[in-house]
Amino acid sequence: MLRRRHSVLPGFGLTLGFSVFYLSLVVLLPLLALVLKSASFGWAAFRVAAVAPRAIAAYRLSFGAAAAGAAVNAVFGLLVAWVLVRYRFPGRRLIDALVDLPFALPTAVAGIALTTLYAETGWLGRPLSAMGLKVAFTPIGVGLALTFIGLPFVVRTLQPVIEALDPEVEEAAASLGAGRPATLARVVLPAIAPAWLTGVALAFARALGEYGSVVFIAGNMPMKTEIAPLVIMTKLEQYDYAGATAVAVVMLLASLLILGGVNALQAWTVRRAAVE
Amino acid sequence: MSARPFVPLVAALALLAAGGSTLIAQETTLLNVSYDPTREFYQEVNAAFAAQWKAKTGRALTIQQSHGGSGKQARAVIDGLEADVVTLALAYDVDAVEKAGLVRSGWQKRLPDNACPYTSTIVFLVRKGNPKGIKDWGDLARPGVAVITPNPKTSGAARWSYLAAWAWALRRPGGSEATAQDFVARLYRNVPVLDTGARGSTNTFVQRGIGDVLLAWENEAFLAVKELGPDKVEMVVPSLSILAEPPVAVVDAVVDRRGTRAAAQAYLEFLYTSEGQRLAAKHYYRPRSKEALAQAPVRFAAVQLVRIDEAFGGWAKAHAAHFAEGASFDRIYQAR
Repeated sequence: MLRRRHSVLPGFGLTLGFSVFYLSLVVLLPLLALVLKSASFGWAAFRVAAVAPRAIAAYRLSFGAAAAGAAVNAVFGLLVAWVLVRYRFPGRRLIDALVDLPFALPTAVAGIALTTLYAETGWLGRPLSAMGLKVAFTPIGVGLALTFIGLPFVVRTLQPVIEALDPEVEEAAASLGAGRPATLARVVLPAIAPAWLTGVALAFARALGEYGSVVFIAGNMPMKTEIAPLVIMTKLEQYDYAGATAVAVVMLLASLLILGGVNALQAWTVRRAAVE
Repeated sequence: MSARPFVPLVAALALLAAGGSTLIAQETTLLNVSYDPTREFYQEVNAAFAAQWKAKTGRALTIQQSHGGSGKQARAVIDGLEADVVTLALAYDVDAVEKAGLVRSGWQKRLPDNACPYTSTIVFLVRKGNPKGIKDWGDLARPGVAVITPNPKTSGAARWSYLAAWAWALRRPGGSEATAQDFVARLYRNVPVLDTGARGSTNTFVQRGIGDVLLAWENEAFLAVKELGPDKVEMVVPSLSILAEPPVAVVDAVVDRRGTRAAAQAYLEFLYTSEGQRLAAKHYYRPRSKEALAQAPVRFAAVQLVRIDEAFGGWAKAHAAHFAEGASFDRIYQAR
């Protein structure tokens, strides 16, 4: 990444130094403290807590629901971003502003609102449960909350890229005989794929750590609807610092692996697009 | 990366500003870190005690209060929340503060009645007319009954409820550890949501209308009936319950550093005075004093109450046997 090139802008050394210092202070130091803390408890205690059945079930739910939420947002976030950029219609600015709402709304408020709507006594929950679909207090509810909070990440990452995408390129493709699916697959998607992946990865990462909105709608049943951050919280509240840090470290490592994988995938799509 | 990085940034700064609001100490302040359903009670106690303190010493006193699940509150104190006094749901949580070196050992001997100025118990709250006919613990394990109770891992009320259910099953004819484990397993199979604290469960049951029966603090049950009216919910007292003793303690390390020991000690002693006891009864806690009990606004049911020390050998043992990692509560969910 680091490329020393002659630049007309001075101050590279200073800004790099500051960036590294800032990142260390804000990001690396807390993570280091976490790893050191878990190391101080010993390997045996760490292993017992990290692979306990309850912890495993919680990882599965957290990663599964976060992936499901990110997948839903990948499709519908792309759609929303596309519509907001390419079409002019009344209320567009309002909808554009609404997309930021999950950023700004306190997550607890979002959780309570979703639970009230989707509980068996709620507006949407009542007809849905009549159809045999329970949302609140099931893994579906967890996925729903994670979809809600992840949406802006996909939309906001895609918008500038779609804006930069010149419609004339698509017209050119059409005039050269490409059908709509071919234009989409060969022209549009390759251009937005890196940003798309970034947005989805951001939404996924955000969902992994989400606590506030999920605890209200999840039901928090051990082995069934208990997310990993809640396992960490309950362990802390029982003064089980070793167990809490063990689960946290597992989450951290898994997230690092997944995000690293997504970055690699993204780099590959950028390279491929450059070759084409 | 994001098109509007300033949105989360601004949100983060706002949070910092809100969380970092400074306390300017011109008068004596005390912080009482308490558990979930004591808000209204301590609001009144604080006003009454501050007035009395002012009359006696001539100095103004402000008492701040913080509420949440008992375990979470204790952990906040251990992690550095400067509580002058803790008034928690169970002795186990004060013991944890003691283990962190903040409260001197023997704290339960420093105030009368095991440092528990008031007691309470666990009762059932059911929908109007008791449509599911819930009378006793056994009914909670019936198929088709939805029970609302918080997570015993995080809530003091839930631990008392869990132990009460266990004690009831143990005292059945032919009762044993195995039948008790089986009973609580069937009971918790009927629990659709585990909130993290008592107030959360009350909201789930009352506001959201989920469940047929709420396992509640007796004072919360009285409060719910009063607030909502008997045409919405009714209280059912089981044949046997547990004597819940929420303890209070001065946090020695904090009061010695802040120089607030005299005020903190007087504050806790105030809870034992006739005024303190009257307020406890007013908020539906069972007062220790006979007069306050006689003048209480409600009749406390004469229910057989088991004590944690006799039935479970104290909190340390009860915790290890039921709520520790892999103990009886975890077994309920891992057996599924």
